[in-house]
Amino acid sequence: MNGGGWRRVKGLVRKEALQIMRDPSSIAIAFVLPALLLFIFGYGVSLDAKRVPLALVVEKSSPAASSLTADFYESQWFRPVRYGHIQAAQEAMRHRRVEGILWLRSNFASRLFTGGPAPIGLILNGVDGNTARIVAGYVDGVWSNWLVRYAAAQGRQLSLPVNVEQRIWFNPEVRSTNFLVPGLIAVIMTLIGALLTSMVVAREWERGTMEALLVTPVRLREILLGKLVPYFCLGMGGQILSVAMAVYLFEVPLRGSLAVLMGVSSLFLLAALGMGLLISTVAHNQFIAGQLAIFTTFLPAFILSGFIFDIGSMPGWVQTITHAIAARYFVAVLQSVFLAGDIWPVIWLNSLALAIMAAIFFALVRLRSRKRLE
Amino acid sequence: MSPPDSPADAPALELDGVVKTFSSGGREVTALDGVTATVRRGLVTGLVGPDAAGKTTLMRLSAGLLVPDSGRILALGLDAARQSLQVQSSLGYMPQRFGLYEDLTVQENLDLYADLQNLAPKERPARYEELMRLTGLEPFTKRLAGDLSGGMKQKLGLACSLAQPKELLLLDEPTVGVDPLSRRELWAIIYRLVEDHGFTVLLSTAYLDEAERCQEVILMHQGKVLESGPPDSFTTTMTGRSFLVTSPEMGKRALQRTLAQQPPVLDALIQGEGVRVVTREKGDPGLARMGGQNETLEVQQVAPRFEDAFVDLLGADQSKRDAAMDVPAPEHAQDQGPVIQVRDLKRRFGNFYAVDGISFAVERGEVFGLLGANGAGKSTTFRMLCGLLPATEGSLQVAGHNLRKAAAQARAKIGYMAQRFSLYANLSVIENLRFFASVYGLKGSLRRERVRWAMEEFELAELGRATSGELPLGYKQRLALAASLMHHPHILFLDEPTSGVDPLARREFWRRINALAERRVTVLVTTHFMEEAEYCDRVVIMDRGKLLAEGTPEELKQAHHTEDNPDPTMEDAFIALIEQSHAERDREQAA
Repeated sequence: MNGGGWRRVKGLVRKEALQIMRDPSSIAIAFVLPALLLFIFGYGVSLDAKRVPLALVVEKSSPAASSLTADFYESQWFRPVRYGHIQAAQEAMRHRRVEGILWLRSNFASRLFTGGPAPIGLILNGVDGNTARIVAGYVDGVWSNWLVRYAAAQGRQLSLPVNVEQRIWFNPEVRSTNFLVPGLIAVIMTLIGALLTSMVVAREWERGTMEALLVTPVRLREILLGKLVPYFCLGMGGQILSVAMAVYLFEVPLRGSLAVLMGVSSLFLLAALGMGLLISTVAHNQFIAGQLAIFTTFLPAFILSGFIFDIGSMPGWVQTITHAIAARYFVAVLQSVFLAGDIWPVIWLNSLALAIMAAIFFALVRLRSRKRLE
Repeated sequence: MSPPDSPADAPALELDGVVKTFSSGGREVTALDGVTATVRRGLVTGLVGPDAAGKTTLMRLSAGLLVPDSGRILALGLDAARQSLQVQSSLGYMPQRFGLYEDLTVQENLDLYADLQNLAPKERPARYEELMRLTGLEPFTKRLAGDLSGGMKQKLGLACSLAQPKELLLLDEPTVGVDPLSRRELWAIIYRLVEDHGFTVLLSTAYLDEAERCQEVILMHQGKVLESGPPDSFTTTMTGRSFLVTSPEMGKRALQRTLAQQPPVLDALIQGEGVRVVTREKGDPGLARMGGQNETLEVQQVAPRFEDAFVDLLGADQSKRDAAMDVPAPEHAQDQGPVIQVRDLKRRFGNFYAVDGISFAVERGEVFGLLGANGAGKSTTFRMLCGLLPATEGSLQVAGHNLRKAAAQARAKIGYMAQRFSLYANLSVIENLRFFASVYGLKGSLRRERVRWAMEEFELAELGRATSGELPLGYKQRLALAASLMHHPHILFLDEPTSGVDPLARREFWRRINALAERRVTVLVTTHFMEEAEYCDRVVIMDRGKLLAEGTPEELKQAHHTEDNPDPTMEDAFIALIEQSHAERDREQAA
């Protein structure tokens, strides 16, 4: 690019910067929206089942029943509520005052005493299958612990054929915030990259300024560069804010290096910006640009990136689709850099995928754009 | 291909057999249909024609923003399609909406375009000073472009397209929607550029009267060049064919209708108190005796106008057909007293008064015009009169109902045709008519009868199934008028009814309005189109929410008659009034 070219790009970048500073909506998308989403997901949304309301129905009290229920009261996973008989508990479940019912029949203690099988009734609200499974697991945990202690107290050795020794890696406290927040950063960056870029280009078409730009001696690559540079900076700004919030506010551990995080982020941002520019080659008004950006980038990043829903448990053909979603690669890197550290194979492979996607987007943009009005 | 440094006497722009089509909604639309034209160096050439004539397409092709389907365009000796980048560095172009960034200041806009046009930093101070002097924007360099008035935006747009001095300047409808005063200033700037710097200017406009300000004219209609040449060459063929006819006895509308039926008459238009007639042949065919028995008309020869030539070239007898519309006279049509009465009407938006204390009265059966530039408060006044917007202060009586208390009753008696014709673009003609009939509460056989009436009366029968969005502008306008008349209203409100339609469609429209007025339907019309004021019985002129003057078009024109200008036009009167009001305000502020 010659001297005139650089001057033109500088002029375009300065113009864009002034517009960003004066237009509250782009600042809002770049900084307020990330903060808002992080607050919602960091504080509001949690996939952990904690302090689950559980109805306890003990038909006949006995020392054994009391010691078992006491264990539920002590557990941090449950908030037990006592009900006199099973009908009242079922009523409570229908009104969703409790998520499950633990039912100790009147013959519980006598059966236990005679050494026969002593069944415990467990009724769970299966509407949310995920939570139901987690609760069932917790109940199992509480009652098998109790059984071991009970047997020891009886002077008997409880012999279970298999003994599970649990170790949870990377996120030992099993805090969902720890993996939601890093994944969310990918969603936020998608939003800044694709939505903002496609909207601001569409705005130029709507207001008729694109026609005035195209008719100057400016080259197409200069116009593209003039959009890329400012929104890259804005996106990295949003990224720094998100990372700072994740580390300092939500106390998500950052086990890998910041340099790797920023490097991969800029690769992803380039891919997102490329996608935004690609959208802007077809959408010449802000409404369509916004809709397209949300449907083709934001929603897939939300659903198919592995940010909330594990890709491994999706049906095969959906898994294939996820390979076309840039956010998927970024989420993988983010989660490993935050929670596991610099795992180079993960970083290299995903970065390569991001670089290829960015290159494809830019090639398509260049191919599809003309310095013409049609 | 001629070399880039073509000789100085070569044309600045040459179009040779240019064809350009677009596909829209599955249909092929031919925007330019074999256009051949030249723009000579050092002159102001006007590209004149109504909307959809193909003006903007021609401009964009010349700037290399579009590629022609066939034919060739040479701009400054360069092929506009193949060497578009070089073309773009050697010509200046101002798009229709001026291409300004509204959230950037005047200076920042200038800086951007200076960067884009490769103006070296050391040349900038002198260039900026020159442009600011030329446009008078010096005091506003720190103001946001979005906060400028329409006229100032237009001047800034011009300055931006000229950041680097250019040999050829293309201006796409620079005067549309701009008040007449700013329009006049822009013309002065353009002539200064051409005379002092030897620029070549190609300017497109839908206002036919602006053709007379150009040195050369290319007249376009429906994608074809009708004719080109200096404006006098258009009007000289028309000399001795234009007359102003007045009658002491007959009303002007009856007179217009009578004269329009005469075979030797090509065109008859109401102008002030009389009728302006264009004849088919040179010389007076005996117009004085055409008013019928016992009636001698006063005939006075007048200078031909550009529009006369346009009507002559189209050769259409549009204004000739009888348009006595079959509308029943509204009840109480013969009642006396005003049908609309407005006193001290105000409308505030935030702390800005869009309408600031206006009073006027409209008589039954009158055609009453609200005249003013964009932003004068015309549309706001209209919306209050139709009961669409509550007034902040003042009283409003429409058809005997106080609008502040009984808006619904008043609304049943009014028809409203909005700017841009508010039709349902994806419904067919007949579906639109049925819908509007139902909206006005017509049902069953009455509705069927009214729809049939509208289809016949407005000659829409053949187009019944056509999608309204795809109709030509003139037909849309006709359909919109039909829709607003479904319930036979007493009062008809027309908001900028003819902006952008060609002169023939405008004539036809006014013929229908005249027929309605003869049936004593009251018609209120807003317009920024000064010519249109001539068709009204009375007009008020609005500026910044206030009334500047009220009277018949003749009275207003005569009040501004001076020695230099013995026969002022409506536009002259308008400009004089605005200047007077601005001077008064400046004096008040100084005091």
